[in-house]
Amino acid sequence: MKNVLATRWGIVVSGGLIGIIAALLQLLGNPANMGICVACFIRDSTGALGMHRAAPVQYLRPEILGFVLGSFVAAYLFKEFKPRAGSAPLVRFMLGFFSMIGALIFLGCPWRALLRLAGGDWNALLGIAGLAVGIWIGTLFLKKGFNLGAARKTYPVVGWIFPLIMAGLLVLMLFNPQVAGQEKSGVLFYSLEGPGSMHAPLIISLAAGLIIGVLAQRSRFCTMGSVRDLILFKQTHLFTGLAAFTLAAFVMNLILKQFNPGFVGQPVAHTMHIWNFAGMVLAGLAFTLAGGCPGRQLFLSGEGDADAAVFVVGMVVGSAFAHNFGLASSAAGVTSGGITALAIGFAVCLLIGFTMREKVRL
Amino acid sequence: MNQEVDARGLSCPQPVILTLNKIKEVQEGEILVLVDTETARENVSRAAKSKGWTVADIQPADEHTRITLKK
Repeated sequence: MKNVLATRWGIVVSGGLIGIIAALLQLLGNPANMGICVACFIRDSTGALGMHRAAPVQYLRPEILGFVLGSFVAAYLFKEFKPRAGSAPLVRFMLGFFSMIGALIFLGCPWRALLRLAGGDWNALLGIAGLAVGIWIGTLFLKKGFNLGAARKTYPVVGWIFPLIMAGLLVLMLFNPQVAGQEKSGVLFYSLEGPGSMHAPLIISLAAGLIIGVLAQRSRFCTMGSVRDLILFKQTHLFTGLAAFTLAAFVMNLILKQFNPGFVGQPVAHTMHIWNFAGMVLAGLAFTLAGGCPGRQLFLSGEGDADAAVFVVGMVVGSAFAHNFGLASSAAGVTSGGITALAIGFAVCLLIGFTMREKVRL
Repeated sequence: MNQEVDARGLSCPQPVILTLNKIKEVQEGEILVLVDTETARENVSRAAKSKGWTVADIQPADEHTRITLKK
């Protein structure tokens, strides 16, 4: 059967719908310019499990669970579920880890960078410029033969593990529901203030996540891939999806009066241009070496790619480190620990980029 | 002579990079590309068409898909 969402119009419609859903999630309770932020939401979910104790960012985000489960269902429905593993998992873990460090210095993944732009937060321009530079550096490695190696087909259960973990977390959330005014319900932490306290109702967040999971699995929507394909192959296919996503969120923000242009006083953001830029250079480079933006890694995890799941686990651990060791930025700006971690991240990514190269096969 | 690109197990964007390298190398003729995900099949087909090649045949096998490109 022909995959209509993988056509030019398919990716435009998918990107547009995801942008509309993101803006609506903000209206329904998610933090401003954060209808969807894969990095922030993984960070919040890590906090909900008590793996870091930054009180303002603790909430198990149903969108993340929905992304994986939606992709899992779509992959099965369309016979694309392919259990696979074994393509440099530890390296992918490190890339996931440092992509999170970079994203939390900027305060957002590529999805949120675009949503911030669509909401009038001009600091996002620095982040997006950094992202593009990071991806460009990544394409230089790709041109020189950088390759994480082939994955192998494996047992179905290997591909099931990550979606099952997501289903398990959903059950955990249903049995430990938020109690108004309490910072803990059973084993889960719930922020009483800050971004973690702002969220759409569980059922809506979950439904939004599932819909996006299906759309993105079918259309192959990827924020990093959009820019990478443009630089590397001069291909605009994925980029049109990205443009539709941003434009749709922008128009929705205008309609919903969520558009507030400026640099100063933007929600969950800081104005240190150099670090907004540098954080996203690191994130962009790590995503490119790993072959997908954080959203894409979740969708791949849902369709059986256990290596992508390892990248996500790296992001979880990265966010725990970021908050346990004070590496994440806040509205006040970057931290000295964050700058050190950024330097280490660049060193690690460059080491990986320079050393994992095959001679281009002829 | 039969030109072949084995992109099985490789994730994005490796199948496209390998195919484009091969296209650059042989200029014209026939190339057989082996991929094992739908995404790779779509991406390889799209990239080949953008270089003026045609997708002559797509054969799903058990574990992978065989794409024949021609120019």
